[in-house]
Amino acid sequence: MGTSRKSLARDQNRTAYLFLLPWLLGFFLLTAGPMAGSLYLSLTKYTLLSPPTWIGVENYARIFAEDDTFRGSLWLTFKYVFLSVPLKLAFALMIAMVLNKGLRAIGLYRTVYYIPSLLGGSVAIAIVWRQIFDGTGAVNRALAWLGIEGPSWIAHPDYIIHTIVTLSVWQFGSAMVIFLAGLKQIPSDLYEAAQVDGANGWRRFSRITLPMLTPVIFFNLVMGVINSFQAFTPAFVIGDGRGGPLDATMFYTLYLYLKGFSFFEMGYASALAWIMLLIIGLLTAVIFVTSKYWVFYGDNKEGR
Amino acid sequence: MTTATTMKTRLAGPLKHLPVIALGLLMIYPVLWLIASSFKPNQLIFSDPSLWPATFTLDNYKNGWAGFQGISFGRFFANSFVISILSVLGNVITCSLAAFAFARLKFSFGKLWFALMLVTIMLPYHVTLVPQYVIFNELHWINTYYPLVLPKWLATDSFFILLMVQFIRGIPKDLDESATIDGCNYKQIYFRIMLPLLTPALITTAIFTFIWTWDDFFSQMIYLSDIRLFTVQLGIRALFDPSGSSDWGALLAMSALSLLPITAVFLVFQRYFLEGIATTGLK
Repeated sequence: MGTSRKSLARDQNRTAYLFLLPWLLGFFLLTAGPMAGSLYLSLTKYTLLSPPTWIGVENYARIFAEDDTFRGSLWLTFKYVFLSVPLKLAFALMIAMVLNKGLRAIGLYRTVYYIPSLLGGSVAIAIVWRQIFDGTGAVNRALAWLGIEGPSWIAHPDYIIHTIVTLSVWQFGSAMVIFLAGLKQIPSDLYEAAQVDGANGWRRFSRITLPMLTPVIFFNLVMGVINSFQAFTPAFVIGDGRGGPLDATMFYTLYLYLKGFSFFEMGYASALAWIMLLIIGLLTAVIFVTSKYWVFYGDNKEGR
Repeated sequence: MTTATTMKTRLAGPLKHLPVIALGLLMIYPVLWLIASSFKPNQLIFSDPSLWPATFTLDNYKNGWAGFQGISFGRFFANSFVISILSVLGNVITCSLAAFAFARLKFSFGKLWFALMLVTIMLPYHVTLVPQYVIFNELHWINTYYPLVLPKWLATDSFFILLMVQFIRGIPKDLDESATIDGCNYKQIYFRIMLPLLTPALITTAIFTFIWTWDDFFSQMIYLSDIRLFTVQLGIRALFDPSGSSDWGALLAMSALSLLPITAVFLVFQRYFLEGIATTGLK
């Protein structure tokens, strides 16, 4: 009996590894291996044509000490992340709350608001965006109609970032769908009790809705920061593909791409990639650590 | 008083819809602009702002479809479909295999592997980019579809593994236990019990893999430079000249066409989409 159970466990072990085989291969050959590889390459000078030569931390030293483009692209990417993620979440929450008020045809509205999230990542929409924000495009026509003279959103280095942020905020639909699902989870007796106690709309929102949604906000925040830090297509297509005008579309990933695949400084690009990994890791860690002060998991600690 | 309140509520119903509809139109405007412009003659695209073409033409579609350098857009569409479908199959098969092992089987270092799988969800693509390129270059796989499709057949989109693990955990264990008593081995449990019950999660995986692969631009641009292998996204980017001398009609027509497959998938599988997003937070 004992031996057969042991052989059963061994059998299960072997079967499990068979099922896991594709993932294990992918993990070692395409994830863990290349990660170690890029850490090594980041300490070398490597152009793909000749074998890498070891230069220690020189790439990192150059990046931090003398690379203005790096600093500019990091600042630009931070600006993009810290503008687009909160705006997108605020919009998503606001519209979700309006739709949650028991409107008829909510399914149709949800679909319409979701469509931008569906299509927004494509090159096609980025091109459309460029056109409707361009000098005499639809946006400036609408502004002119209101008596405002709009700037050249694409050509001017100060404004093009806002064009790209708008494209991201426009895609609030997926976050909205998550918020809608979260709103449905809030027990209605909480609101009824609050109403009996005479709490007004704002207090009901700030004391019930918002705290109950914090796990959803937390999730959206983490995924939003990780994803928008890696944004590439909008900057590449709305800008000129080389970071212009005046490096105003030089997002971090675009700079990494140009360094690695235009100038073939692959060691340098690897160093940029590792710095990016550390920054994203750090940002995520900050959100995780602070989450215990603001994320409410309804774990029944109170009131018992 | 009572009539006043009923009046108020009766009016409030449709009135509440107004801002929602207005914002909805604003949201959908860029898409409508794209569709309308693709039917306008070139010289009217930027001068006529209306959403209904004054002169209606199909020339843009004809010119766009003709492609460039002797290769038609039909080829690009076919290429995109090949890559997307191979990617979907890869993800559905290998992610479900891994998910079954993680969710149901006991094996050595199981917790460690699971934790590593979770970590890979958060990893930015760029940190493996350069060495992956070097490897694929050594294998002479640049200008082939292997670098785009092989990762999906090795379950590197671990996000979908997590999605399926969570789904399998919701399936009662009695089902596989009674199947074991009936003499099923793990292979049979996977094929006869798990896969059929997992269908909703498999469909969610399939549609999101399709859309992300169809829209993928970065890795396609890095690995494909031979025009015969171009995808729809690369074809559109090639038609587009940021300095302004593009054939706008053709470009917008092909752009509109490029959104069609994703929209079709969305409309057919809408239910899975919205459920998939709501329960897992997919984009």
